Amino acid sequence: MGKTLAEKVWDAHVVRTAEGEPDLLYIDLHLVHEVTSPQAFEGLRLNGRPVRRPDLTLATEDHNTPTLNIDRPIADPVSRIQVDTLRKNAADFGVRIHSLGDRDQGVVHIIGPQLGVTQPGMTIVCGDSHTSTHGAFGAIAFGIGTSEVEHVLATQTLPQHKPKMMAVNINGELPEGVTAKDAVLTLIAQVGTGGGQGYIVEYRGTTIESLSMEGRMTICNMSIEWGAKAGMMAPDQKTFDYLKGRPHAPEGEEWDAAVEYWSTLVSDDDAHFDVEVDLDATQMTPFVTWGTNPAHGVPLGGVVPAPSDFSSDVEQATAARALEYMALTPGTPMRDITVDTVFLGSCTNGRIEDLRLAASVIEGKHIADTLRMLVVPGSARVRLQAEIEGLDKVFLDAGAEWRAAGCSMCLGMNPDQLKPGERAASTSNRNFEGRQGKGGRTHLVSPAVAAATALTGHLSAPADLIGA
Amino acid sequence: MEAFTTHTGIGVPLRRSNVDTDQIIPAVYLKRITRTGFEDGLFSAWRNDPEFVLNREPYNRGSILIPGPDFGTGSSREHAVWALQNYGFKVVIGTRFGDIFRSNSGKAGLLVAVVEPDVVDALWESVENDPENQLRVDLESRTITVGDTTYPFEIDEHTRHRLLNGLDDISSTLQHAGDIDAFELTRPDFKPKTLPVRTAD
Repeated sequence: MGKTLAEKVWDAHVVRTAEGEPDLLYIDLHLVHEVTSPQAFEGLRLNGRPVRRPDLTLATEDHNTPTLNIDRPIADPVSRIQVDTLRKNAADFGVRIHSLGDRDQGVVHIIGPQLGVTQPGMTIVCGDSHTSTHGAFGAIAFGIGTSEVEHVLATQTLPQHKPKMMAVNINGELPEGVTAKDAVLTLIAQVGTGGGQGYIVEYRGTTIESLSMEGRMTICNMSIEWGAKAGMMAPDQKTFDYLKGRPHAPEGEEWDAAVEYWSTLVSDDDAHFDVEVDLDATQMTPFVTWGTNPAHGVPLGGVVPAPSDFSSDVEQATAARALEYMALTPGTPMRDITVDTVFLGSCTNGRIEDLRLAASVIEGKHIADTLRMLVVPGSARVRLQAEIEGLDKVFLDAGAEWRAAGCSMCLGMNPDQLKPGERAASTSNRNFEGRQGKGGRTHLVSPAVAAATALTGHLSAPADLIGA
Repeated sequence: MEAFTTHTGIGVPLRRSNVDTDQIIPAVYLKRITRTGFEDGLFSAWRNDPEFVLNREPYNRGSILIPGPDFGTGSSREHAVWALQNYGFKVVIGTRFGDIFRSNSGKAGLLVAVVEPDVVDALWESVENDPENQLRVDLESRTITVGDTTYPFEIDEHTRHRLLNGLDDISSTLQHAGDIDAFELTRPDFKPKTLPVRTAD
């Protein structure tokens, strides 16, 4: 029997296998940031262990870092200590770091692909659940906890049980105005937050093939939001074209050898998937969330659901609680929901293509005077590129704020937070209670919907602006 | 890691599903660089509510948490496990868990016991009707006992073995350092390295 893409990559990384034990998996790249690593480095120190492969490790500062005044010391002393701790750990253990102010600093999942250290056929881990982003290149990439961060630092391996295999087949052309974000939100609403638990998911089909690398990353990024161990896509010419010439992409004969290997990274025709899910892209519409988990989503043209729309008692209770938290009444058209803040950014939608899309909607117009809009590029280089293209001026002229790179309001760990009761349309990945600030209310949206919403003040798609 | 064999304590019913790790401990509490002191952030959004289960006697002294399905989904933060442990929890019993949370628990020594939905219902009923009737969790036999009733739970054999023996994963792996050395010799040359530093300019 043939192998799936995931099985091919997995099998190529098994260091050791033994009856009754998980496989010992070699890790090709370990990405590190300030929040989930300090205790791991401390563990190494306590045990007198070095970092086994500093040359397969890359650190950056993103979760805590401010997006204003980045040339000054971090104002929050606790955040500053955490960032300083990472800098010291990187220096002590010989790990490469891109610090605040460095041109290669940025959200960890944006800078890996940007530098070309994310490549097909790799195993990639990071103490961050959105590591699944890198799966868009045909890598097995997943988030780990701090104990595992220490394990990888010390051994460059992880003991892992081989997950089951799932295929998500998305076929057909996405309608005008419908993006990768809408597709993945549609999927999650269908399968639920736990639908992928225990699986590595391969996204396949003509829709996936026609997406840009940025769009593919958006979909893989949100694999964790429906519980999958990892999400991945077979590499193709687009993947190779994206990587060619990047700082850490192979060159010359090594490039040829790499492409030859990468081209084998497809699921065989007779590979076995334990589960398959099919979606028709032609039926998709702009999709937004109403509740407090990413599966609480409906088409933008829909209405806020009622608890009775859900089957189980627990789901009904969760929906009732979500409605209360979100201060929403069942039956309300989603388009009638007004927001106070629009957040454009994050590892989900903070890449250059996302900024271009939003800028194209906003260009020449002004945001509603009832809200603020934060534009936070995913990396310092995305910010530079946007400035070269003049996108910063489009946003600034429209009345939006143009910030420095980082995770920012996606998780509200730096000063970029919602106030209690504030409501946001956010291009990030989680609408959990309090995620963007205590008492804050989040609607997950695509960059196109975020931009249109910024102009109208209520949840909107670019198509709504025509004739408005 | 401390070995785990049995634990007896008060069960805490948390009748909510999809309690993600942001709700277990919000990001603003993740700035410490130690593994301790996270109990203040545990369920922080709910701790001001006098009706919240951990604000009620005797559940505030509980050590066995019984949440609804899909507990610990979302962020990979191991701080969620530490916050539960720092508060005093030794065991979490439920039907479904976020993968990374479950894995982190196994590494940090918090027992995650997976049971059938009817067991959660029965345990909720028991601990709500008679909170002082303590639960006994036995990892050797993989059972939970309350009063005269015993329920089975599931845990993967490898994690069970490690918890029972208090084994440190890194030491175990380093016993196979020779295998890792040998594997590294087989890695293709085109695999990327982060050093020496290369950038676009």
